[in-house]
Amino acid sequence: MSGKDNLQTPIDLAAVRSALAKSGGKRMWRGLDDLAESREFRDFRDHEYPYDDPKSRLGVSRRDFLKVTGAATTLLGLTACTKLPVEKIVPYVNAPEQIIPGHPLFYATSIPFRGYGTGLLVESHMGRPTKAEGNPDHPASLGSTDIYAQASLLDMYDPDRSQVVLREGHVGSYSDFLDLLKELRGQYLAKKGAGLRFLTEAVTSPALADQFHDILTQFPQAKWHQYEPLARDNVRAGAKMAFGEYVETVYHFDQADVVVALDSDFMSSGPGSVRYAREFSNKRRVTGPDSSMSRFYAVECTPTVTGVQADHRLRLKSSDVDAVAGSLAAQLGVKVNSVVTAPAGVPAGWIEAVVRDLQNHKGACVVVAGEQQPPVVHALAHAMNDVLGAVGKSVTYTEPVEANPTGQFQSLRELASDLDNGVVETLVLFGGNPVYDAPADIPFLDKLQKAKLRIHLSLYDNETAEYCHWHIPEAHYLESWGDARAYDGTAGIIQPLIAPLYNGVSAHEILTVLQGQEGRTGHEIVREYWMKQKPGANFDEQWEVWLEKGVIPDTAFPPKKVALKAGVDSPVAGSSREGGLEVVFRPDPTVWDGRYTNNGWLQELPKPVSKLTWDNVASVSPTTAQRLGISNGDVLKVSMGGRSVTAPAWISVGQADDCFVVYLGYGRRRAGRIGTGIGYDAYVIRSSQSPWFASGLQIQKTSDTYKLVTTQHHRIMKENGVETEIESQTAFQRGLLRVGTLENFKQNPDFAKNPPEETTQAQSLYPPYNYKEGYQWGMSIDLNACIGCNACVIACQAENNIAVVGKDQVSRGREMHWLRIDSYFQGDLDQPKIYNEPVPCMQCENAPCEYVCPVGATVHSPEGLNEMIYNRCVGTRYCSNNCTYKVRHFNFFLYSDWNTPSLFGLRNPDVTVRSRGVMEKCTYCVQRINEVKIKAEEANRTIQDGEVQTACQQVCPTKAIVFGDIIDSNSRVAKLKGQSRNYTLLADLNTRPRTTYLAKLRNSNPEIKE
Amino acid sequence: MDPVIEEKPSLVTPESPWIGAGQSYASVTDKIGGIVLTEKTPKGWFLGFGIAIIFVLILNMAISYLFAVGVGIWGINVPIAWGFAIVNFVWWIGIGHAGTLISAFLLLMRQKWRTSINRFAEAMTIFAVMCAGMFPLLHMGRPWLFYWMFPYPDTMGVWPQFRSPLVWDVFAVSTYFTVSLLFWYTGLIPDFGTFRDKAKNLFVKKIYGMLSMGWRGSAVHWKRHETASLLLAGIATPLVVSVHTVVSFDFTIALVPGWHSTIFPPYFVAGAIYSGFAMVVMLGIPLRKFYHLEAFITERHLNNMAKLLLATGFIVTYSYVMETFMAFYSGDQYERYMMMNRMTGPYAPWYWLLVACNIVIPMTFLWSHKIRTNTVSLFLIATTVQIGMWLERFIIVVTSLHRDFMPSAWGMYYPTKWDWAVLTGSMGLFLTLFYLFIRVMPAISIFEVRELVHKTVEESAH
Repeated sequence: MSGKDNLQTPIDLAAVRSALAKSGGKRMWRGLDDLAESREFRDFRDHEYPYDDPKSRLGVSRRDFLKVTGAATTLLGLTACTKLPVEKIVPYVNAPEQIIPGHPLFYATSIPFRGYGTGLLVESHMGRPTKAEGNPDHPASLGSTDIYAQASLLDMYDPDRSQVVLREGHVGSYSDFLDLLKELRGQYLAKKGAGLRFLTEAVTSPALADQFHDILTQFPQAKWHQYEPLARDNVRAGAKMAFGEYVETVYHFDQADVVVALDSDFMSSGPGSVRYAREFSNKRRVTGPDSSMSRFYAVECTPTVTGVQADHRLRLKSSDVDAVAGSLAAQLGVKVNSVVTAPAGVPAGWIEAVVRDLQNHKGACVVVAGEQQPPVVHALAHAMNDVLGAVGKSVTYTEPVEANPTGQFQSLRELASDLDNGVVETLVLFGGNPVYDAPADIPFLDKLQKAKLRIHLSLYDNETAEYCHWHIPEAHYLESWGDARAYDGTAGIIQPLIAPLYNGVSAHEILTVLQGQEGRTGHEIVREYWMKQKPGANFDEQWEVWLEKGVIPDTAFPPKKVALKAGVDSPVAGSSREGGLEVVFRPDPTVWDGRYTNNGWLQELPKPVSKLTWDNVASVSPTTAQRLGISNGDVLKVSMGGRSVTAPAWISVGQADDCFVVYLGYGRRRAGRIGTGIGYDAYVIRSSQSPWFASGLQIQKTSDTYKLVTTQHHRIMKENGVETEIESQTAFQRGLLRVGTLENFKQNPDFAKNPPEETTQAQSLYPPYNYKEGYQWGMSIDLNACIGCNACVIACQAENNIAVVGKDQVSRGREMHWLRIDSYFQGDLDQPKIYNEPVPCMQCENAPCEYVCPVGATVHSPEGLNEMIYNRCVGTRYCSNNCTYKVRHFNFFLYSDWNTPSLFGLRNPDVTVRSRGVMEKCTYCVQRINEVKIKAEEANRTIQDGEVQTACQQVCPTKAIVFGDIIDSNSRVAKLKGQSRNYTLLADLNTRPRTTYLAKLRNSNPEIKE
Repeated sequence: MDPVIEEKPSLVTPESPWIGAGQSYASVTDKIGGIVLTEKTPKGWFLGFGIAIIFVLILNMAISYLFAVGVGIWGINVPIAWGFAIVNFVWWIGIGHAGTLISAFLLLMRQKWRTSINRFAEAMTIFAVMCAGMFPLLHMGRPWLFYWMFPYPDTMGVWPQFRSPLVWDVFAVSTYFTVSLLFWYTGLIPDFGTFRDKAKNLFVKKIYGMLSMGWRGSAVHWKRHETASLLLAGIATPLVVSVHTVVSFDFTIALVPGWHSTIFPPYFVAGAIYSGFAMVVMLGIPLRKFYHLEAFITERHLNNMAKLLLATGFIVTYSYVMETFMAFYSGDQYERYMMMNRMTGPYAPWYWLLVACNIVIPMTFLWSHKIRTNTVSLFLIATTVQIGMWLERFIIVVTSLHRDFMPSAWGMYYPTKWDWAVLTGSMGLFLTLFYLFIRVMPAISIFEVRELVHKTVEESAH
């Protein structure tokens, strides 16, 4: 609008004033626009904003007409890409209750993993789930999670997820598919279901089981098969062997003074692992010299998260574990059918010492067998727990949690033979990827193609989807309704946080069509199921409470009385006892059985102990590697029963000799842009007869080498004729990791303390900060509790929008994890003690990074935080050089994905997404501190201890990380820092870190000499 | 100077150690001026210039790619967040020391032998500092924000963080560059005047006319010129010491073992002069050979510079020895580890090559007069020193960082092709500038050599 117009019609504020005066001055008005109805004001407005002028709206000039038609034509093309909802939509004029922009909401749900549910509270920002936290009310979580729950968020937003219905490889329509289902229903009702088969993974969901039950009633000849490559068949068979029926075993590690793990990784895999980790660490929490600790013995083949925590860890081939179990059982007085002797490799007196220790703690001990051990080991473990009086105390039994416990390898075998016999017409696969992960002796691809109609519901258009007639995108658990039982039977509702991103559907919604109840939504199915189970007048209220809490009360199974069958078959010296090399199949510690292969967070997450990323390996002990002339990265031809695969070798300290551990989950052909083609496929040599370990392995070294990438380097060197690992040796020399035995600790509680000359505060030219006022944040990390499970690393990644950089960048030392877990080895390389140490930013009071920054991009806060200002950083990297802990990470390239729209929703809106050329590091989750601070200030109070939780602290299953105000002497962190085990990393440099450590203790058995 | 004025003909007879026999004012002007004002540019110049330009193009490519995608194209990582860029920066800055030292320091010391080498040594300084100055900018993660290092009046009221030695660097290097440039240009003014008078081409005359800023050669001009030169020399001399001292602070201020050392300032200054003189020798010998300047850059000049190399080499050697001794004497486990790691770790071959290049070879051979005055052997030794000094910075930057305090964060540095492209490219840039310099400017100070002729004749007359 030109100035000339202004002159023509001056703002007639006088008229507005007079209008106001006329109303007698009583009229309330909030602003000038409140007076809009006055004609004068309207005129004024129309001149000021001519686009609103009704006159201009009436008359359309030729120019405007062309403009509008041009724009409309352009936009016509765009409408094709806009998804308009069919239902009536309501504009966001009146915001829904509760949703305040910037304030996240938390919804309780459960993540099903291997069927079993773990309770979560998922953070939602404006309708976008951004972060999973554990649900403190859920027994399997207690407020913590494992790595999978953290990473499942990324899975949901994965741009490679299956997005459309595929019909023979082409885009199909879901309504056609529904028509097909209805047709199938009619067809099979007549045939009573003959030829109709379902294949699912393990199922604990009561609602889904109910639907299957109904289907199997309506179609009596249909069959429900279950298969997961890492099935818990041995657990089931072991229970059957011991008790004649399958019962679920629930351990109570907080009741156990002595724990014996027979090749069991109970703290990082298996139902209830998060809870077990908490219970285990609670029993070992040390506050002072009079504290007690449980004692943990582990027998295992290769170092696992659980095994390395052992006070006495025995490395044995997986096939020798049964003999250990047998001799332990025999000496404990279990009636075994034949005499067994401990295998070679068990030190003399070891078994006896463990037996004595167990017998001294009758009723307060646990013997736990690993999922990959044969049924007889499980039966022996049950018998030992029985003999030791643990049953009913530290070990209880319940009804099976799985809805339909099935021997899964047998189930798949049956399905395969039925397919061969042409009995199967229609196969509906709910989830799973058997074409990829079926054992090699059941070539499932060939068998699958014998079914006339193959329907596949899955999150991904994977190897199996490729060979199915229909592929239906599945809704992620964060997008759909459902329910799942936890390890103890507690049921939790899975409630969706977001509408399906890609129109996915759940198994419930497909089954309901076959049930003849088309149109029922997942919500209705789950709700109605529970209405039937727990009817009541106030069901609606109850239901809301359940949703809110995430747990349905009183659904945990009561302990069940079981009777041990007399006499357990003792381990027989069978094929596995033949000498030679043995192969051991293990799930990959980060991508599991292959279902997370396309998850960048899990791929880049350094695997426990080895710190390998982006690959799977065939690991071998140093001695065997030396004997076979193998070094890291040598490509091996691994042959088993006539089948072979090439795999890169990895020398794994602490692994049993004469065996190779191969990790499943890699070598995917059709995983997505991240997971396709990396690693090798170990399923190729896995047979359903011996899916966990087998002898008769042939290893052939090829001339190739393969580049393996780790985030921590270990160099093994010979010094004075003794092989040592240089990095660990140096770390112990420098006191970076302090370890003592419980016995020594009782005598000398100050063994880990920094000497006084190191903690004296040196003079400085610069004026000191005032650390006496306000909040002074600090962190304490209890190395005695930390199990190195990696949950903190990935929680930090999720919370702080940390980028994934890829294998090449990791190989150049540019991984971005703000929190890393260092592994150090102590002692003999074949049988070392392995320790973990999480290292976040130390938030030094005298931070070396701060004074070298030329632009002041890293500065000190009055609360003791060492803050990073991304938009001020120019990227000289001087701070990283001067950081004595090397916890700073630099965006050497544009690492954050700024291009993939589906990932935008994942980001935590409270944390800047960093761009190229800036430094970043742990901030003590400053966004969380500020959020709580604002809340507290609004309420005019101070922050309570424990109110601010960092992401790593919140997720930690063992509560090893405690954060809080260190000048509040009653805070937990201040108390922990007051413990005698408290020590500082590199205290002699006078950096004065706010993060300190509590020394690691081992409760070794004096009877066992090591 | 007006050539029309009748003067007592000055002819250098017999030979002086600093200037060849038979040189007169006219012959000096003709010989040095002739290089620039000749019609024919030698083929060799085109060849050398062409090769240098190729490396400039490589540099251009490397920088363009660097700006497009980021410093990740280099071999740097965490823990070794500084790599070739900083190594090159320190190396070039070091080379840039000799020029000003020769001109300013030796001027104040009234050393006659500076006259025939100071001009190209100063040019070398300017170009080396230009090459050096490029690197801090290139190595930044977000180079487009380089100006945040300067204390400019920002609307947000933010300043540089003055405790950081990188900020000190900005001041030290920019001051040094400015003073060196002024000093160099002041020295060039009388010679530009000569070129203006001698040039035949009108366009060339105009250019040199502008460059000479109205120089008439009057006594007043000369007096002022002399005063300005002395003043600038007075300012420049402490700068020679301060620049590399400040550069050494980049390391000493940090906590990193191998950096945090009080010996660094003198050690760096000595090292800088060492490499600077080596560069003067490396430039002077071919220049003398191809343009037949033996009469001006005499054997004695070379001998003197070689002796200076020997002297500064000794300071450097002493520093190495003390650095090693202190690492052990301090009892500091990190220092000790660092030193052992330097000598026996993965970069040990480079460390020992550095010792060979900087200590063993020059300290063994430069004692011999024959070797000092033999242009080929002296050139080779200077090259060795140059390589050694580059390696010294590499060892300081990389081996100190790659294994510092936390063994879990130890790493390795492998330079990429882009690292090499920037290093060789910067050499190309340096040579290109130098080729242009000898083509369009007097590589040897004409007026000062004429003055030398005058003084030599005077002295021999007495």
